[in-house]
Amino acid sequence: MSEVRVLVGTRKGAFILTSDGKRQRWDIRGPLFAGWEIYHLKGSPADPHRLYASQSSGWFGQQIQRSTDGGETWEPVGNTFVYDGAAGTHQWYDGTPRPWEFKRVWHLEPSLTEPDTVYAGVEDAALFRSTDGGQTWQELPALRGVKGHLWQPGAGGMCLHTIVLDPSHPERIFIAISAAGVFRTDDAGKTWRPMNRGLKSPYELPDPDAEVGHCVHRLATHQARPDVLFMQKHWDVMRSDDAGESWHEVSGNLPTDFGFPIVVHAHEPDTIYVVPITSDSEHYPPEGQLRVYRSRTGGHAWEALTQGLPQRDCYVNVLRDAMAVDTLEACGVYFGTTGGQVYASADAGDSWAPIVRDLPPVVSVEVQVLP
Amino acid sequence: MIRVVLPAHLRTLAHVDGEVTLDVAGEVTQRAVLDALEARYPVLRGTIRDQVTHRRRAFVRFFACEEDWSHEPPDAPLPDAVATGAEPLLIVGAMAGG
Repeated sequence: MSEVRVLVGTRKGAFILTSDGKRQRWDIRGPLFAGWEIYHLKGSPADPHRLYASQSSGWFGQQIQRSTDGGETWEPVGNTFVYDGAAGTHQWYDGTPRPWEFKRVWHLEPSLTEPDTVYAGVEDAALFRSTDGGQTWQELPALRGVKGHLWQPGAGGMCLHTIVLDPSHPERIFIAISAAGVFRTDDAGKTWRPMNRGLKSPYELPDPDAEVGHCVHRLATHQARPDVLFMQKHWDVMRSDDAGESWHEVSGNLPTDFGFPIVVHAHEPDTIYVVPITSDSEHYPPEGQLRVYRSRTGGHAWEALTQGLPQRDCYVNVLRDAMAVDTLEACGVYFGTTGGQVYASADAGDSWAPIVRDLPPVVSVEVQVLP
Repeated sequence: MIRVVLPAHLRTLAHVDGEVTLDVAGEVTQRAVLDALEARYPVLRGTIRDQVTHRRRAFVRFFACEEDWSHEPPDAPLPDAVATGAEPLLIVGAMAGG
């Protein structure tokens, strides 16, 4: 029977949760890297025992950890992230120029085919790549050439938080930055284009045609249909049917279209999930009810999923990297909260249960299915 | 022989117990000690000072002989007691963050 491994990054360490394919009983291991912030850990699709973790600390900076045995043992690898050439400036919150300065790695995206190749999305926003298993990192600097001098940090910092690799176009990568927007390369990072047409941010960006400056929170796509992308923006849930060339809103009947994560069902490309959050100043679910919303129509029509989730007095948040799906036949859906719970559904969201409930605030959740 | 006391998180990272002892050639300064420390434990590069500028990280402090040496120039000689190994150089995570 398959084994499921859930990789959880928290504010004070990493945890690895394992279960069999029934996903009812879970073993919990951790904290790994106790006391450090683990923004993200993820396994290689080409070798599920190859894991990468971003370990950081306000005191002691950034480390990258690598495991070759599914998280049993780890070794620190390269932690030198130096911007290519003269770093230049971006805009600070007040609109003044600010030199680019590396702060941390938000997201690690292993290559779909090469276990030694992994991408790192960092703050201040840039994309780095390693082709030697994380030992050395090189920036893909053309990205910051796309009006980088106009990028401005979101409230959480100017982070490159989302990296989507296109399985049908090996040289195509989508990335998203708060608060600059979506960018796409079709030549493995040599050139980039902003892909923000159709995004509306009327209060933050008075120019309705602004190419950059949008506060994109998360992108998701289905491996079998990579030209269709879904986006949770600061406000608005959006969809693109042309690989990001244009976007249209699919928020429909959501109680609020603010939120952070968005994921796509493993087997149904038009089934998507979001967790509505009250507003940008009230980072908790509306009415204190923790509800995942599912659309089976690729947006517009949404249903609340509540069974097993707290429906009163719940004021947690779900961060952008803290939701994932597994690939078992009955698709599993998982998300972690800032209250330290990780909830799982083994029936595509119809019912939920906490698989661990008292961790430090959860920053990221990833899932692996092992044969 | 120079003695260095690391904060707990860096001891864990570098897999060391207790004090670290280092041979430092020439004048014993912050820079010389950190160079020797990072040469022995490459995993500590970037954790105490920036890898490029070599500036001390904001929330790291250096103490020796009950005095704060954090703001001294990196090439200033450390106290004789540190240079002779009578006292350790303490590398401390600052109290910050609440």
